Amino acid sequence: MQVTRRQFFKFCAGGLGGSSVAMLGFSAGEALAEVRSFKLTRTTEVRNTCPYCSVGCGLIMSSLGDRAKNAKSTIIHIEGDADHPVNRGTLCPKGAGLLDFIYSPNRLKYPEYRAPGSNEWTRISWDDAFSRIARLMKNDRDKNFVAKTADGLTVNRWLTTGFLAASAASNETGYLTNKMLRSLGMIALDNQARV
Amino acid sequence: MALQSLDIKRRSATTTPPPGVRKTVELAKLIDISKCIGCKACQAACMEWNDLRDEVGTTTGVYDNPRDLNEKTWTLMRYAEVEPERGKLEWLIRKDGCMHCADPGCLKACPAPGAVIQYSNGIVDFHEENCIGCGYCVTGCPFNIPRLSREDSKVYKCTLCSDRVAAGLEPACVKTCPTGAILFGTKEDMLHHAAGRVTDLKSRGFAKAGIYDPQGVGGTHVLYVLQHADKPDLYCGLPSDPSIGPMVSLWKGAVKPLTSLAFGMIAAGAFFHYVIKGPNRVSEEIEKELEP
Amino acid sequence: MTNHWVDIKNADIVVVMGGNAAEAHPCGFKWVTEAKAHNNAKLIVVDPRFTRSAAVADYYAPIRSGSDIAFLGGVINYLLTHDKIQHEYVKKFTDATFLVSDGYRFENGLFSGYDKDKRSYDKTSWGYQKGADGFVLTDDTLQNPRCVFNLLKQHYARYTVDMVVRVTGTPKEQFLKVCEMIASTSVPDKTATFLYALGWTQHSTGTQMIRTTAMVQLLLGNIGMAGGGVNALRGHSNIQGLTDLGLLSNLLPGYLTLAGDKEQDFKAFLDKRASKPLRPGQMSFWQNYPAFHVSLMKSWYGDAATLDNDWCYEWLPKLDKLYDVLQVFEMMHQGQLNGYFAQGFNPLAAFPDKAKIGAALAKLKYLVVIDPLATETSEFWKNFGEFNDVDPAKIQTEVFRLPSGCFAEEDGSLVSSSRVLQWHYKGADAPAEARGDAEIIAGLFLKLREMYRKEGGAFPAPILNLNWPYMIPASPSPDELAREYNGKALADVTDPKDPAKVLAKTGEQLAGFAQLRNDGSTACGCWIFSGAWTQAGNLMARRDNSDPSGLGNTPNWAFAWPANRRIIYNRASCDSAGKPWDPKRKVISWDSKSQKWQGMDIPDMRPDAAPEQNVGPFIMNPEGVARLFGVDKLADGPFPEHYEPFETPLDTNPLHPGVVSNPAARVFKGDLAALGTSKDFPYIGTTYRLTEHFHFWTKHVNINAILQPEQFVEIDEELAGKKGIKSGDHVKVSSKRGHIKAVAVVTKRLKALDVDGRRVHTVGIPIHWGFKGVAKNGYIANTLTPFVGDANSQTPEFKSFLVTIEKV
Repeated sequence: MQVTRRQFFKFCAGGLGGSSVAMLGFSAGEALAEVRSFKLTRTTEVRNTCPYCSVGCGLIMSSLGDRAKNAKSTIIHIEGDADHPVNRGTLCPKGAGLLDFIYSPNRLKYPEYRAPGSNEWTRISWDDAFSRIARLMKNDRDKNFVAKTADGLTVNRWLTTGFLAASAASNETGYLTNKMLRSLGMIALDNQARV
Repeated sequence: MALQSLDIKRRSATTTPPPGVRKTVELAKLIDISKCIGCKACQAACMEWNDLRDEVGTTTGVYDNPRDLNEKTWTLMRYAEVEPERGKLEWLIRKDGCMHCADPGCLKACPAPGAVIQYSNGIVDFHEENCIGCGYCVTGCPFNIPRLSREDSKVYKCTLCSDRVAAGLEPACVKTCPTGAILFGTKEDMLHHAAGRVTDLKSRGFAKAGIYDPQGVGGTHVLYVLQHADKPDLYCGLPSDPSIGPMVSLWKGAVKPLTSLAFGMIAAGAFFHYVIKGPNRVSEEIEKELEP
Repeated sequence: MTNHWVDIKNADIVVVMGGNAAEAHPCGFKWVTEAKAHNNAKLIVVDPRFTRSAAVADYYAPIRSGSDIAFLGGVINYLLTHDKIQHEYVKKFTDATFLVSDGYRFENGLFSGYDKDKRSYDKTSWGYQKGADGFVLTDDTLQNPRCVFNLLKQHYARYTVDMVVRVTGTPKEQFLKVCEMIASTSVPDKTATFLYALGWTQHSTGTQMIRTTAMVQLLLGNIGMAGGGVNALRGHSNIQGLTDLGLLSNLLPGYLTLAGDKEQDFKAFLDKRASKPLRPGQMSFWQNYPAFHVSLMKSWYGDAATLDNDWCYEWLPKLDKLYDVLQVFEMMHQGQLNGYFAQGFNPLAAFPDKAKIGAALAKLKYLVVIDPLATETSEFWKNFGEFNDVDPAKIQTEVFRLPSGCFAEEDGSLVSSSRVLQWHYKGADAPAEARGDAEIIAGLFLKLREMYRKEGGAFPAPILNLNWPYMIPASPSPDELAREYNGKALADVTDPKDPAKVLAKTGEQLAGFAQLRNDGSTACGCWIFSGAWTQAGNLMARRDNSDPSGLGNTPNWAFAWPANRRIIYNRASCDSAGKPWDPKRKVISWDSKSQKWQGMDIPDMRPDAAPEQNVGPFIMNPEGVARLFGVDKLADGPFPEHYEPFETPLDTNPLHPGVVSNPAARVFKGDLAALGTSKDFPYIGTTYRLTEHFHFWTKHVNINAILQPEQFVEIDEELAGKKGIKSGDHVKVSSKRGHIKAVAVVTKRLKALDVDGRRVHTVGIPIHWGFKGVAKNGYIANTLTPFVGDANSQTPEFKSFLVTIEKV
């Protein structure tokens, strides 16, 4: 029987497991064995819905902090909601990875502006952003709004600015978006139903 | 109390018996390959629950990613495109990971006291704080599962979410599995369910469907339902008759008394080396040998 | 979905075609595995690729991408010639007996009324024969050659098995096996469900593919049944809701529509939409249109909307044509747009012909991106080497990027594919300065309104008078908005049968759309959502998951539109006498004792309409029955017809070589020139999702980047051999519009097909990569796709175009 180095280690390993440590007086008491402590023991649970596909899986998000005033909630774990009649606790690889969506390094954190011809972003304030965008919208709308067609039909539309609405935005956001845009007479409005 | 409350059945390299009067139910995870869609939700849930993030790798021309198990990837899907009948393609996708053997080769091979623990519910868990990084468990495993970390020279593998199970929950991969291809419960219930699945598969044309619960390692606490139980090798090299390596077995038998002293000396060396020098940095040579 | 996710478990046959449910909707797909486990169901997958759905299928059949109407038309022919239809259902619940106008014709690939120059049809001949009483003429004996049933037979007689095999490339034996399995559900006590997604919609004939399926299901009697239906699996979490809420150029909330230029008269506008019954005694539910429309205008314009000003009808913009995204980006490309907003949307990656989209964006004066993530669109002006080779100095567009919160950082509701509105709750604050979407919209609006108030400007009335009743105007709360779209009583709403009975007091939330009125006494922002937040509170947040019938129906879980109905057309689950076709999957039935429809679901029928009154189950249609003959509802014909993709590997259409592709599809002149031919681009390119990723989002998500890190394309072994490509090699895939480079995955899961005498290969192109993200950077797959859209939905033809491939 040819014993390779690898097999020799295996052989040794078998032996060691059996007796050698006892010979060293290594007592079992020192070999404490505890499972990793359960990380959700006192987290706060909030129910949510997966933002990806349309199965609408229920989620339970567990966050650090008990909603006390001085604690800022930090979501540390997301898993399926076992009570949910469709997903029954399951999640697909997208849903099971949602925690990394929340903490993606590519989350946007500040309003930013890129000037014509520029190669970079600059940070701006929300008020600045709203003012400048609203001014651009108003200038465009005032200049290009079509109240009547050449043959006298009242059409009240604004065609020169368009809007794509978010496919994962809530109904409440979607409703408000539509309501606001139609009041401006906007027509070039679409969503992600097609793509 | 930790030891008693955890209902330990066996500890590596420890001769004193664990507290053993309690008997808990024997648990198992059932992986029904005929229901698996290979979505990798189990991989995602495993990473998320265990706070593991492997490197973003590359695509090498197959769907398997990461390419292999490692210290940060405790489970992964292995994809096989096979044609058991000519022209009839089957995409067999197997979730690979620790099988939680009843007779665990890793535990038997481990020289570090308490680094490998088997609970009475069947879970085989690694306790990295006791691991000396020798890699013997890697060679002792008939399924090629444990992986030695290059970062901290400890060996890691699936814990069957022992932390969740201890808190009364199912493992993360089980809970997340969208199609119910992974189930968790008593081994008895899992075998019963698996038998029903085998009947169903036979009615759908898989004459050789069966359960994978290999007796060479005393049975496992991770079971498979296979469409082709006669050819486990089709499933990315699932061993057809796994057993603990010949050397580990040999030791357990006739040679033990003869070699006890010699190995004692080796262990002493290893242990004192560990105490004095800290955890082993595995030499490149050994590492190469440990690579599958 | 006509039905809902859990209901899939009641099916005997599940057909996954035009989609890949296992990969794109894994958690919904569990109900397929449940149907197999507990109902002994069989799963059929028909797809150009052996997908992960196919991996667990009982039967898989390959098909050439873009030939689904030929396949399904062949199924119709099979059902008719083998007499595998549910006769009573077809006769009573469809228009099979209706007589069609004599002018209607189909010849040489064209329907009557085609105008070649306009690329559209004059649809006047596509109608029914009507009697003096205004009702449609019918022939209950089905003998009249002009009855829908005979025209249907005639139309699909051309779809012989040989023709199907020739067009689709599906082997004959496999096609027939699928026909046989589907046909097994023509008996009353078996059902089939069809699960589809963008594998059907993203063709220039997409809408008609889906219609063909609906026709198959009607012939089998599978619509309205538990375990039946035609089930669209929507691709995004709230694209159902956003569409329900009318965020499309021509829609208003609840599938109400904007008026065209010529509709200057309000009454005529309403009359046209409030369609009168076409058969005696039918409900024609759209007769309530005025109540829905007026209530919407009261929600939006409050006291400013009055009877005297036609409820602000003039304030609504009027359409001269459709402004779908292809039209809008065509205009942008021509320099006709100045501003554009992308809210949670990444058009540079999501729309066809990336080069054209990038060039179009560069012609804008301003672009505003509202998103939680750094999208490619927001940096379309930045150079990312080979992935986005542009010169920022030459791009004069001003770009604003506004950070929004994500799902975890807001309260609100989403509509799942099951039409269920589910409420969710905030778990943490958005990072740093990011704000909620509603807050961002409000911030912009208030600033704009302030400017119009101070400075005046073009037509300020609707802006100044927009109803904005929110406690914190700069931050309307989800609760307030939800109550608004549910609707409330502006004056006491009384019972029309008993005016003394008050159904809702002034100021109260309405119980449902039945309480809406056309006299300005109710406000409702989206009539189909009415009932979601009533006096009883927020029904979308309900969490009772009990399933009393055992059929997977959980009526007290959240709220489904319409009226909390979980299976629409459920009246059709019973025969003419009101008895369930199949007692073991009883959804509703007529209870003669109480003289009401009752069951596990909200009946899709007037509750007291006794069966002998013969009120048809399709209450939204003025016919009262379902349409096998589509009359004038679609742009490209009353019966679906197979047309080739605009880029076809065949260079012809075997059914009618004179008319190759959809004659009424959306295509612009400049884009026709950018179409390739099979000579230069011999292989079919098809784009799709992988289960590890979601669209263009999860490349920003570490876990998913680890699971599928790098861009690849898939090819069959035969093509790989021919091109000398091995798995893992780097390859270049080119179309007439551009190229991408990726890793090759050589697989048995793709197979060459024999189509019309040619050997046709498919190159599979997953879409998920781009030049922003934590996954490996890659090319935008839509660099390759053509700027061509479906005739009805204008959905781009992402699923079938032409490419070539070479090793690099």
